[in-house]
Amino acid sequence: MANRVADIHPTDLLVFCTQRNEGVRLPYFLKYYRDMGVNHFFFVDNDSNDGSLDYLEKQPDVSVWTTRASYKRARFGVDWMNWLLMRYGHGHWCLTVDPDEHFLYPFCDTRPLRALTDWLDASSIKSFSAMLLDMYPKGRIDQQPYTPGQNPMEIASWFDAGNYTIQKNPKFGNLWIQGGPRARVFFPDTPDMAPALNKVPLVRWDRRYAYVSSTHNLLPRGLNQVYDEWGGEKASGILLHTKFLHTFTEKAAEELTRKQHYGASREYLAYAEGIRDNPELWCKWSEKYINWRQLEILGLMSKGNWA
Amino acid sequence: MSVGIVMLVHTALDRAELVARHWARAGCPVVIHVDKVVPRATYEAFVQSLSDLPGVLFSRRHRCEWGTWGLVAASQDASELMLARFEEVRHVYLASGSCLPLRPVEELVDYLAERPRTDFIESATTADVPWTVGGLDHERFTLYFPFSWRKNRYLFDWFVEFQRAMSLHRRIPNGIVPHMGSQWWCLTRQTLSAVLEDPERPKYDGYFRRVWIPDESYFQTLARLYSTNIESRSLTLSKFDFQGKPHIFYDDHLQLLRRSDCFVARKIWPHADRLYEAFLTDTDTAMSRQEPNPGKIDRIFAKAVDRRTRGRPGLYMQSRFPNPGWENGVTAGKYSVFQGFSELFQDFEGWLGRATSAQVHGHIYGPDKAEFAGGQTVINGALSNNAKLRDSNPKAFLTNLLWNTRGERLCFQYGPRDNPGINWHMARDPNAQISVISGAWAVPLFQSNSNFAEIRAAAAILQKIENAMLDELRSPDVKARVRMWTMAEFIEAPMEPLQVIIDEIGQKSMRRLAEAPRLEDLTGFGQFLQNLKNQGMHPYLMGDFPVDPIPHNARTTRRKPYLVRK
Repeated sequence: MANRVADIHPTDLLVFCTQRNEGVRLPYFLKYYRDMGVNHFFFVDNDSNDGSLDYLEKQPDVSVWTTRASYKRARFGVDWMNWLLMRYGHGHWCLTVDPDEHFLYPFCDTRPLRALTDWLDASSIKSFSAMLLDMYPKGRIDQQPYTPGQNPMEIASWFDAGNYTIQKNPKFGNLWIQGGPRARVFFPDTPDMAPALNKVPLVRWDRRYAYVSSTHNLLPRGLNQVYDEWGGEKASGILLHTKFLHTFTEKAAEELTRKQHYGASREYLAYAEGIRDNPELWCKWSEKYINWRQLEILGLMSKGNWA
Repeated sequence: MSVGIVMLVHTALDRAELVARHWARAGCPVVIHVDKVVPRATYEAFVQSLSDLPGVLFSRRHRCEWGTWGLVAASQDASELMLARFEEVRHVYLASGSCLPLRPVEELVDYLAERPRTDFIESATTADVPWTVGGLDHERFTLYFPFSWRKNRYLFDWFVEFQRAMSLHRRIPNGIVPHMGSQWWCLTRQTLSAVLEDPERPKYDGYFRRVWIPDESYFQTLARLYSTNIESRSLTLSKFDFQGKPHIFYDDHLQLLRRSDCFVARKIWPHADRLYEAFLTDTDTAMSRQEPNPGKIDRIFAKAVDRRTRGRPGLYMQSRFPNPGWENGVTAGKYSVFQGFSELFQDFEGWLGRATSAQVHGHIYGPDKAEFAGGQTVINGALSNNAKLRDSNPKAFLTNLLWNTRGERLCFQYGPRDNPGINWHMARDPNAQISVISGAWAVPLFQSNSNFAEIRAAAAILQKIENAMLDELRSPDVKARVRMWTMAEFIEAPMEPLQVIIDEIGQKSMRRLAEAPRLEDLTGFGQFLQNLKNQGMHPYLMGDFPVDPIPHNARTTRRKPYLVRK
């Protein structure tokens, strides 16, 4: 455990992350969020054995906690995140992401993250939505190896632009979004089982808040009201999800034996099957990623009234 | 003659210091008011940092909560100090710490020197302005506001309602006419001193102290009493969003701000280094002016407000999920739905595509799969033709398809064999043009090679489903353009309705159809229906077909498949 929380300034922007054997992704992950203006990282390391823990402990702006406990028992890591957020996130803008999630917000190429959080503060907005957008390569998933430090979007540069479905979740008031390549390729016969893509990763944290299921929804319910119901668009971002790199097949096999994932690792079972039969997620109508403005035009995210 | 700057500052003191130095360097005296919430030590350090400039003074501090009297009191004190200490000042310019001069200070000085008697203050009567927050316009001046809007919204609202219910209102002193406008003004010494030295001032102050948002009305109202020449506009560029809070300018607005015709912009994000660098350096290159084009700024911010309040029609996404009736366009574009046409005509889809150059799909709600044009399995936006994916949310399938192909005209086939769940959604969509030939589902049954018992059962089910669909299309809440014919009606004179539908799609020039679609061979159809009747099933949706002879239209169309153009 490396605890550098004493360095944290009251206005710092914080990232919270759970990781297990993601050493290959961490260099780019840290660089990506440092460039965005994040000041401090909180990691929970779940029993890694690939040297990633050592790597994290050496970083000057990282605090790491380790656990060998069950990811599943900790409600897929949510309990660990909530504990750290309650302890250290209070009063800060906190971004809770996985190592394969890259946050995009309107104007992220010209304005730092603090511009967004200042604007959210001025607008009295406490939570910010960013839908998960699954990225994938053209060709087989394992065709092009990913090297540490590389931008994963160079390989996984394609996405599905317009096949997402939305329902309201009456219990927590959040939207439940499904679709994308995972629904199209892995869950065509059981679409209701397809993974949720709605996320609220950026929150001005208060110790009374808690994530319920991953970062899909949180309590109190008002924080899930990140969408407008009267025709307008609220500002929102995207989490580019680079799960589908060459490491995926290995990871899927390992997760199947560990059985630590959501819904009896149903997702990974479906992947194992889908990958065997049809190892290509790319199709003729896949869209190649350019920048956030492209995603804005496609209607996947919105500037809202931020101009 | 010169311009004096009154600056109201509450945060980002380092930026305020830069701007104060910029004004001072150009010879403008500056009086700064620092909000009382700024801690004493920080305040003193700030005063110290500007102590090398004799032309920069600090006025008595007030607490300036938004919407309260503090801001007016601060402006009054600072203005009095300015007028008393700097004899040569002719115009006083009220600015904030997050304001940034966009044009060289000399230009502002010259501009005002040419207009020595003009007061620049936006000032309009309450009846004439649309930009009031919280629905309070004239009531700002006639109700009491003892509770804070920011901290005690509930009490604030409750007390407003209470006063309305009790018909309480205040008297406006001396019959002044309340005016409102941007709080950032530029007044002449004459007008400003008349306001500040008015013997009635205690009365006015006492009144405005209890008005809501007095900083937008105090000077705006009183200037009307004394000024000989009011130009009702602000020299400060500031844009407001739909909640009435100012838009913020960032580095990427640099080119835009260069094109502004205003002297000062507000408000600037304190970390917008490039903006401060570009506009506060005096070199000619940095300030390189471009032809003013304020319309562009207006457009960008008007668009932002529009996006936030109305959004993009037909879009459903993570931050826009409108309640029914609030969609501002249920779908993204117009589309035509054809029921019974592809059953009655051979290769109807191919014909329609040639006649309109629209994108013509088959039965996209078909039971096995979505029959996309050209047999594609995936279409724009990576939308799959898988029936289970589609049927898990039929409405989203339609809105996605239309959003993904916006700009193209969409046509598709529909019928009682397809997922009925989408019928009602289309019926209440003004973008839908639905044409139905009722009973045409019987034609494939007529042509099929099944046992008659099966045909009879299928016919009964299809008729029941289609009848329910037609009921939905006849409901008074229907917003779609719906046209219905019985099959017998339609084949009597098919070209006329087809022409109307094609014209409505309106893709090609308004010329007569050159080619008619080829009708299926209906020889014996009347007998087929009679057989159904004989089996106890009553087919009625297709209208009346005589058993014998066969419909004459069918034969003629068969013999003469092409019409000659007139």
